[in-house]
Amino acid sequence: MSIELLAFYFFAFFAVLGALLVISLRNPVHAVLSLVLTFFSMASIWMLLRAEFLALVLIVVYVGAVMVLFLFVVMMLDIKVAAAREGFIRYLPVGIGVAAVMLAEMVALLGVRAMHVAPPPSAAVMGGQANVVWIGRALYTEYLLPFELAAMILTVGIVAAVALTLRRRPGVRHQDAARQVAVSAHERVRLVSMPAERGGNGAQP
Amino acid sequence: MLAELLLVLWTLAKVLAIVLPLVIAVAMFVYWERKVIGWMHVRMGPNQIGPLGLMQAFADVAKLLLKEIVVPTNANRFLFFLAPMLALVPALAAWAVIPFSDGLVLANINAGVLYLLAMTSMGVYGIILAGWASNSRYALLGAMRSAAQVVSYELAMGLALVCVLVLAGSLNLSDIVTAQSGGLLHWFWLPLLPMAVVYFISGVAETNRAPFDVAEGESEIVAGFHVEYSGSAFALFFLAEYANMILVAFLTSILFLGGWLSPFPATWGLIGHGSFFWLLAKAFVVAFLFLWFRASFPRYRYDQIMRLGWKVFIPIALVWVLVAGLLKYFHIVAPGA
Repeated sequence: MSIELLAFYFFAFFAVLGALLVISLRNPVHAVLSLVLTFFSMASIWMLLRAEFLALVLIVVYVGAVMVLFLFVVMMLDIKVAAAREGFIRYLPVGIGVAAVMLAEMVALLGVRAMHVAPPPSAAVMGGQANVVWIGRALYTEYLLPFELAAMILTVGIVAAVALTLRRRPGVRHQDAARQVAVSAHERVRLVSMPAERGGNGAQP
Repeated sequence: MLAELLLVLWTLAKVLAIVLPLVIAVAMFVYWERKVIGWMHVRMGPNQIGPLGLMQAFADVAKLLLKEIVVPTNANRFLFFLAPMLALVPALAAWAVIPFSDGLVLANINAGVLYLLAMTSMGVYGIILAGWASNSRYALLGAMRSAAQVVSYELAMGLALVCVLVLAGSLNLSDIVTAQSGGLLHWFWLPLLPMAVVYFISGVAETNRAPFDVAEGESEIVAGFHVEYSGSAFALFFLAEYANMILVAFLTSILFLGGWLSPFPATWGLIGHGSFFWLLAKAFVVAFLFLWFRASFPRYRYDQIMRLGWKVFIPIALVWVLVAGLLKYFHIVAPGA
């Protein structure tokens, strides 16, 4: 048994364990953290497969950004655990149905893959290039149009999300940093030169 | 099998050879910070323990390790103790890809910069979980501020990195340094001057240091996310923060200041050749800036931090990505040998 195989079993164990904990833990924050564990273990497995770019992007995007925001949403919500469990029995048949279909699809996919004589060597290895270099070349030459289209769609999605949630309330005071910086002293303070007052029954020096 | 086992042990030895000096460097950096800020405040700084007060940091460590860890009522015990470790592990793991000199690197991987981004983005979990698990309002507020700040500045930082990658043509940190060879004017600080500034300031914000330390903000939220931590659990947060600061200092030196390369021509003998000491000297100067900032600037207000990140740094960085592309395309900046 090589170290690589041992490492695979190690990461695979934690990926499966994390996935099981996501759906079985009662505390939603713990469940989100288990999902993070699953993502991290899967990224490690991809790393073993030498898909380092995908593995690191999975961590940067999903673990580093998406799950952080997710964790926040879950922390802020006052989730009633009992209420979430209420419909468990009622929805169980639907859940089992979906799970069965997914299992069948996965098994079918594995079967189809197994019928291939040998898996074709990956293009990254064939080119003799690093995985990152190869993905970069492919994205910006061969798949440039789909890549740019995907970027456009994502941008439209961001704009739509902002537009949907943006509410202009009248009468809200805003700060204008540029105007604040542009202020000079003589607009705010007027220094008056005048002779010192003296005499009378004013304050003693 | 035996050979593989030996390889694992050898790698562990190399890891120790990085982590132990790093921990000592953190202790000495804390001492240096207190000294420098003391001088800037016209005080002495620590001067009682050991010669020149040099043992102060170790005395503090011993004190922290011996103190009791108090767990707040109704805190989530498991996450409360997990959080400091989650903060420390990415801070140490990121050092795996730092090239200390030509070929002197623990893991010379092709996606080194991505790995760094991945590790630094993991560090925020320790802070969020510490804030939530403490069952304290101040801690939760600090955690929220910190997470928003870290996620925002990561974008500007990432775009600054993109400019470096465009010019160097590689994600490998050793290759990025060798792409800067050819003397002081070939280092990337010159063509990417705004990005070097953006990167370093984002690094200050990412590590939650003054003037961007609203996550701790003593005057507003006591001590932020680690307000409930004491003893060795607090020491772990402290260690993580300072390890991250030193990491940012090393990264700024590697990405923009030529890493281990010497600023002098190679004909100058010993000081003309690149070595680990050049990297150390550059990182020391950059790390000093952290302390200088802390002693000089008042804390930013929270909305000002957000404005600086989103409305100033990201537009500048986006424009400079284009500039870097043009510099590369017209061969104005060609990577060195």
